[in-house]
Amino acid sequence: MKQRHAAVWAAGVLAVTGCLASAQAQTSTADGIAQYRALLADGNPAELWEAKGELLWTQKRGSKNLSFETCDLGKGAGVVKGAFVELPRYFADTQRVQDLESRLLTCMAAQGFNAAEIAATPFGRGEQVNLEALVAYVSAASRGMKFNLPQGRTEERQMAEAGKRLFYFRAGPYDFSCASCHGEPGKRIRLQDLPDLAKSPGDGVGFAAWPAYRVSSGELWSMQRRLNDCYRQQRFPFPGYASDATIALGSFMGVQARGALSIAPAIKR
Amino acid sequence: MPNRRDMMARSAAVAALLAGAGVLPAHAQSAWNKAAFEGKSVDEAIKGLGIAKPVESKDIAFTAPDIAENGAVVPIAVSTTLPGVKRIAFLVEKNPTTLAGVFEFTDAVETSVATRIKMGQSSNVLAVAIMGDGKVFYAQKDVKVTLGGCGG
Amino acid sequence: MSDPMRIRAQVQGSGAVVRVLMSHEMETGQRKDAAGKTIPAWHITEVTAALNGKTVMTAQWGTAIAKNPFTQFTVKGAKAGDKISIAWVDNRGDSRTDEVVVA
Repeated sequence: MKQRHAAVWAAGVLAVTGCLASAQAQTSTADGIAQYRALLADGNPAELWEAKGELLWTQKRGSKNLSFETCDLGKGAGVVKGAFVELPRYFADTQRVQDLESRLLTCMAAQGFNAAEIAATPFGRGEQVNLEALVAYVSAASRGMKFNLPQGRTEERQMAEAGKRLFYFRAGPYDFSCASCHGEPGKRIRLQDLPDLAKSPGDGVGFAAWPAYRVSSGELWSMQRRLNDCYRQQRFPFPGYASDATIALGSFMGVQARGALSIAPAIKR
Repeated sequence: MPNRRDMMARSAAVAALLAGAGVLPAHAQSAWNKAAFEGKSVDEAIKGLGIAKPVESKDIAFTAPDIAENGAVVPIAVSTTLPGVKRIAFLVEKNPTTLAGVFEFTDAVETSVATRIKMGQSSNVLAVAIMGDGKVFYAQKDVKVTLGGCGG
Repeated sequence: MSDPMRIRAQVQGSGAVVRVLMSHEMETGQRKDAAGKTIPAWHITEVTAALNGKTVMTAQWGTAIAKNPFTQFTVKGAKAGDKISIAWVDNRGDSRTDEVVVA
């Protein structure tokens, strides 16, 4: 299970009543959180998004009146099962490495939508809502499968390497990098354990746990949204929806997660 | 903004539509218990529900997490072996309005239900079982509500 | 208009366990928008569960039921092939009914 640490809680940071000054009580808090998460495991509201995505997948949409059944996510046109755990990967038709959201945009462009406009649409509005549903549906079709990103092409290896450099790149007013929070095992912010993304953090953790339904906002967050928020938390400029930078980070984390089981769409605080 | 009259008319129209489609049950539910749901304390909610003061019972199995990582969604479950339970109500002592929901059981269902509630802060949560003969029992659980960190 | 519920009804022992996920905002009426105005309460007020058209359970809900609520209960004597239908009504007068066959 998770690593325990002997560090003492920072007193002023907690909203939990009761004495939590000892490592002993800290373990029971971690257990309490684990119990809470276990109680929420059945009946993940993400299923509502999955159902919506399933309908969207076969629906003829856009000015070209096409469904996603012609969309190739890497395993062939219309093939959804197993696609999620092999993304990001290289695509011959666009000649670039793409993650799930980027590939969905490519397919939506084929349907006649304006991909740039959708990328510029704020999360939770307009076609972004449909993207959430599609991401939930596609990831659900790979639930329980192991990540196995292809690295056979130079472009794929380069993307992963670029992602690694971005992961360690310190910037912004706090001189943060992804590694500041996710570069070592056993780190935590308040009650949130921070997965070590520099290595494979294990089944259903980190990269293997997104997209996820976020209980705190009652919304489904895709990996793109998660990355966007990480950038916000580091006080970086926003990375751009489905930009090469986000695809690079996804490639790095995905390659690190090789062999880990995907639990997406998961449920999170 | 639709006014109350429009909404009532619409609601009636929808109800008629559903009843016609055969998907609404034959009997209508009693009106939503405004007084109970607006109660700002356990006592006010009890009064609004029109029931006797509850007595603690060991025969009500009440499951709730010790710590809720986020108060927006707190999973709770109740089951009881007490015979003749007609309704189970969930009360959150420290919520702005105490009564979260009331479930009413016929003989066709087991007297057990799981749902998810919102909690504004750490609080006592009560599962109140209302019997057909008017007796009222309860079980309670202290649930801590935390603010998680920045990730997850 | 509203999104469909996800209902699962599975035979377990002599009855069926029913699990329902509803899509609803369940706005408490406590929140304020960016302009400082209170966002009005919008929540499911009544839930009705029926087995083959006959009501087996009802519920009245307030604002403290969670957003996109999940509910689970057990219907006695339900068999594979029986129909479970769940209906909700909210305080705006919207409603929705979905049904599923017991598996």
